[in-house]
Amino acid sequence: MSLNRRVFLTQSTAVAAAAVLPNISVASDTIKLGSILDTSGIFDAYGKPMDLAMRLAVGEINSSGGLLGKEIEIVAYDTQSDMALYSQYGQQLTRQDKVDVVHGGILSASREAIRQTMRKSNTLYFYNVLYEGGVCDRNIFINGVTPAQQVEALVPYALEKSGPKVYILAADYNYGQITTLWIKKFVQENGGETIAADFFPLDVSDFGSTIAKIQAAAPDLVIAPLVGGAHLSFFRQWAASGMKDKIPLASTTVGVGNEHKVLTPEEGNGIMVAYNYSQELDTPANNEFKRKWEDAYGDSRLIHEIAVSHYQGIHTWAEAVRRANSFERDEVIAVLETGLSINGPAGKVTVDPKTHHAILDVHIMEIENQGMTVIETLPQRQPIDTQEVCDLEANPNDNTQYVIDF
Amino acid sequence: MDYFFVILIEILYSIASLVLIGAGLAIIFGMMKVINLAHGEFMMLGGYVTITSVNYGINIFLSILIIAPATVGLIGLVVERLVIRNLYSRLVDTMLATWGLSLFFIGVVTMIFGNTTTGISTPIPGFSIGTYQVGGYNIFIIMISAFLLISAYFILKKTRAGLIARGSMQSAEIASALGYSPDRVYMMTFFCGSALTGLAGAVLAPLVGLVPSSGGAYIAKAFITVIAGGPSLVVGLVSSASLFGIVNQLFTFLYSPVVGEVALLVAAVILLRLLPRGITGSFFKDRL
Repeated sequence: MSLNRRVFLTQSTAVAAAAVLPNISVASDTIKLGSILDTSGIFDAYGKPMDLAMRLAVGEINSSGGLLGKEIEIVAYDTQSDMALYSQYGQQLTRQDKVDVVHGGILSASREAIRQTMRKSNTLYFYNVLYEGGVCDRNIFINGVTPAQQVEALVPYALEKSGPKVYILAADYNYGQITTLWIKKFVQENGGETIAADFFPLDVSDFGSTIAKIQAAAPDLVIAPLVGGAHLSFFRQWAASGMKDKIPLASTTVGVGNEHKVLTPEEGNGIMVAYNYSQELDTPANNEFKRKWEDAYGDSRLIHEIAVSHYQGIHTWAEAVRRANSFERDEVIAVLETGLSINGPAGKVTVDPKTHHAILDVHIMEIENQGMTVIETLPQRQPIDTQEVCDLEANPNDNTQYVIDF
Repeated sequence: MDYFFVILIEILYSIASLVLIGAGLAIIFGMMKVINLAHGEFMMLGGYVTITSVNYGINIFLSILIIAPATVGLIGLVVERLVIRNLYSRLVDTMLATWGLSLFFIGVVTMIFGNTTTGISTPIPGFSIGTYQVGGYNIFIIMISAFLLISAYFILKKTRAGLIARGSMQSAEIASALGYSPDRVYMMTFFCGSALTGLAGAVLAPLVGLVPSSGGAYIAKAFITVIAGGPSLVVGLVSSASLFGIVNQLFTFLYSPVVGEVALLVAAVILLRLLPRGITGSFFKDRL
């Protein structure tokens, strides 16, 4: 087909007009939910299941009559694992699409890229991902677990199962650094001792010398907040050197993106973790959730921690809208700040009015045959790290991400 | 004493993996002067071929040692025929073309396997030295590298094919005047280089979590090792891999893996400042 400038202009104008028109005609009887996730690129293992979870939640709400008689319309953008696209689509969601709420963002960098845009335009924002904690902003609600919630549960259990000497291997960026501080604190409080902490850039994939160093230090327990595909090599090489049955291993990250399904049972079995969700959680709510997921998408093996957080975040917002009987940002926030709870697949999730983080159940688990077997459930854990620095009741205009000082 | 042996094995392993990573490039860049920026992606392909064939139930050693090198070699052959052949002695153009190739391979693998981490476990169990546990697979890698170096040396030095290859690289016109087609020699040499690269990716695959963009992690090390090695193929590769392997591991043991990587790069910069033509540009001259 030959394409001259005139033909191109005519056609592209027609396409643009077609894209804009339906929005105008239906805007009155729907409510817009903005979604901004990496559903392609290197973070799509996180983003794709989150997108599916979002569509599942919205589908459920719509099929039961929508919200306040209006149907939810999804306005979704794929940020392609590119942080620059977050600012661009964030602007688009608030200025052009004028959505009523935004759910999304995966990495902390992506959240920080759009948080101020949401705040300035008074667009209510939900970030539904496990992260390093400390964000204090009245416009944002966060319902992933923070390091303290995880580590507070994981460390005492792991210490009791192994012994007092701990060796930490962590990813070398803010998540790994902050989590390591919390691990050290809880190890000390539980009568243990951190003998070393090593940090690894995200592209390190050769852990041979580290494994030898660990053996020379002879700890009773290794805790590994390692992140991403390259770091997964550690668990491989640890098992390959035959260390897995000699020194127990705990992690705050293996399993968040279903990493335990990539490791073989011989490599993964016995790793201790603590999260809000496990596919193996045998509760009526989770079985119901998995059934719905299978009906919609077929394969429930894709479900992971942050997909469930995302699902719970959307239902939390929907519940707040129903109670507020309004879509107005301030009225919805007022209801959320009453300490609203919902029951999700991972149990009860409550909004903490002080920090806008979540009070939720944390399950201590062990990886077993590519699943996560629940050992013990600690109900309704507080986001104690962020609570130390953030009080939105006393200080509603706060707009900072605090780094917690020890 | 046991700890000393563990460090020794780790150093040997580090040298061996540098040799593996650099071997294919030493042939393609060192001999043929083709700057193959898709080198890392050839390794990545070797890894994916291995993982796929193991998942289809093929014996892992067969996958690593035969299937992966053969497949990547063939891919290299196609690439040589379609792209590289037209660009010999056009340095900048080959860089651009092979960079495009690397993006192409990443895209294709992402489309087929998805952008998620895959992997297989190592086939050899660990063993103990005194109170220490060591990965048995590391020993396997050391043996493979040693075998590779010795056979490369013998093939290039003692066989007629090696002689013809070296001759064509040195002076294509004279080789051609003596009745050998440089075109075919280049083709075969590129095939060998690609196959070696595929082998390297395959051998390292069980140790890492593989993603389509994994190749990026290897490319810098490969070029540094080959360039610092200098003009001699085998001796250059061994000497630079040994130097960098020792520096890297010693600093890793003394401080951390990050310092180890930094030390490797600093060593490379100093080395190239003092010996701009590489180690074998000044020492071991005229060796192979």
